[in-house]
Amino acid sequence: MPKSTQLHRRIASLFSGHWVSPVVFLILWEAGSRLGLIPKSTLAAPSAVIGTLVEMLATGELPDNLFVSFLRVAAGLVIGLSIGITLALAAGLSRQGEAAIDPIMQIKRTIPTLALTPLFIVWFGIGETPKVALIAFASIFPVYLNLYSGIRGVDVRLIEGARSFGLSKTEVIWHVILPGALPSLLVGLRYSLSVSILVLVVAEQINASAGLGYLVNNARDFMRTDIIVVCLLVYAALGLGADGLVRLIERRALAWRPNLAEA
Amino acid sequence: MLAETNFTAAFPVVEPVVRLRDFSRSFGANTVIDGLNLSIAPGEFVALLGRSGGGKTTLLRTLAGLDSVQGQDVLIPSSRAVVFQDARLLPWKKVWRNVALGLKGPGVRERAEAALNEVGLGHRIDAWPLTLSGGEAQRVALARALVREPKLLLLDEPFAALDALTRIKMHALVLELWRVHRPAILMVTHDVDEAVALADRILVLDAGRIVAEEHITVQRGERGDVGRVLRQRLLGHLGCEVTSEHFLSAVDVGASIVPFPQGASA
Repeated sequence: MPKSTQLHRRIASLFSGHWVSPVVFLILWEAGSRLGLIPKSTLAAPSAVIGTLVEMLATGELPDNLFVSFLRVAAGLVIGLSIGITLALAAGLSRQGEAAIDPIMQIKRTIPTLALTPLFIVWFGIGETPKVALIAFASIFPVYLNLYSGIRGVDVRLIEGARSFGLSKTEVIWHVILPGALPSLLVGLRYSLSVSILVLVVAEQINASAGLGYLVNNARDFMRTDIIVVCLLVYAALGLGADGLVRLIERRALAWRPNLAEA
Repeated sequence: MLAETNFTAAFPVVEPVVRLRDFSRSFGANTVIDGLNLSIAPGEFVALLGRSGGGKTTLLRTLAGLDSVQGQDVLIPSSRAVVFQDARLLPWKKVWRNVALGLKGPGVRERAEAALNEVGLGHRIDAWPLTLSGGEAQRVALARALVREPKLLLLDEPFAALDALTRIKMHALVLELWRVHRPAILMVTHDVDEAVALADRILVLDAGRIVAEEHITVQRGERGDVGRVLRQRLLGHLGCEVTSEHFLSAVDVGASIVPFPQGASA
């Protein structure tokens, strides 16, 4: 008797999990496709999507294009993050730097990056350059804003405490200000990564001959909704991966924070 | 018997570690410290009492070398350390790295460890500061100050944020460390009883001037009786007139502190 109630409870808890509704959704989707309620040209069935995914992996079509996109994001991020971090350090650590840099950055912040696409095409043509430039441009701001405010937000009492022990200005920056601003930098990094993927999607619509965007564009022309869905999945995976990467860095770099320190 | 009151700072015969002559400091039109004379002898334990806004913090910042003293006659030792009311440990550095902050040369960890052992926290050497209790953090702050072997140790209301029991333990610890290392100590406090229990000399700072000075020659731990008289006088200097009724009840509250525990003697 108690065994069976235990079993009941187990089954009950099994079906109250968070995975239930997505699975039901997938089953309904699959059923709808098979019954012809959802035409293939509107949305491919989950099973078809998985089949396409496997096929694209096997032929190397997906890895090759993914690699092209990855290089674009990486190049854009390296440039954008370097500029953003440099500017934030200059503006955060010196009054002159702040006066020179921050107003311009605040003005630039109001311009949506994607609205600059036409201008970038005029300037850089339709090759790789405008794509990388757009990603770089977009990823400057989150990291700049967060690091700058992080530096400015470091507890003055800690800085004074360090100064009272005779630390030089450079030592105070190294031991107090930069570690104090690190959590903000990582928040900025996370935003920059997700923005870079967002911009990638749009940037690759510019006359791409390779990359995820190219796959999507081609699939659209041939009404291959299965390929489109595969690419959407890849974008989602990229976003998740970027987030996980920052979380990993946080866990290592911010081990001192109480919620992590006690865990 | 216990103390002579004079209103000018006494200049001891030995070369003082701290000497301010006619020191003034103002922010805009607001004069915070006004023609202050102060000298502290090596190894002397001085308590500084005063109301909020009386210039205590400004004086402490000056002695800590945090404010510039251009053109003023100010002598402070180069080896000095501060323990603040909030421990001000860097949360991203492990305890021993906090203690060793700014130290150079070989054996830094060993020196930090020795200092931590002295305050009874050798076992927390690799802990993160945010996992420490308030009392532990303050002991780390003490270790961080003492590892520098300072000639002048500045204590800025270091026990104000601690509970009563921890505070009593910290008093004993500070006295013990003071006896071993013999820095000159200037302790800023609101607590008259704390000042009476710990210090050789008590200064009352008001409106930027030293308005009272009390020397205590009675040994620590035997100050119960003289403390009561002194306490009332100091409270008077602080502008807190106590009737005998209030006074008695106040003594009851403070009774756990005035007769110093463990019969410590200087």
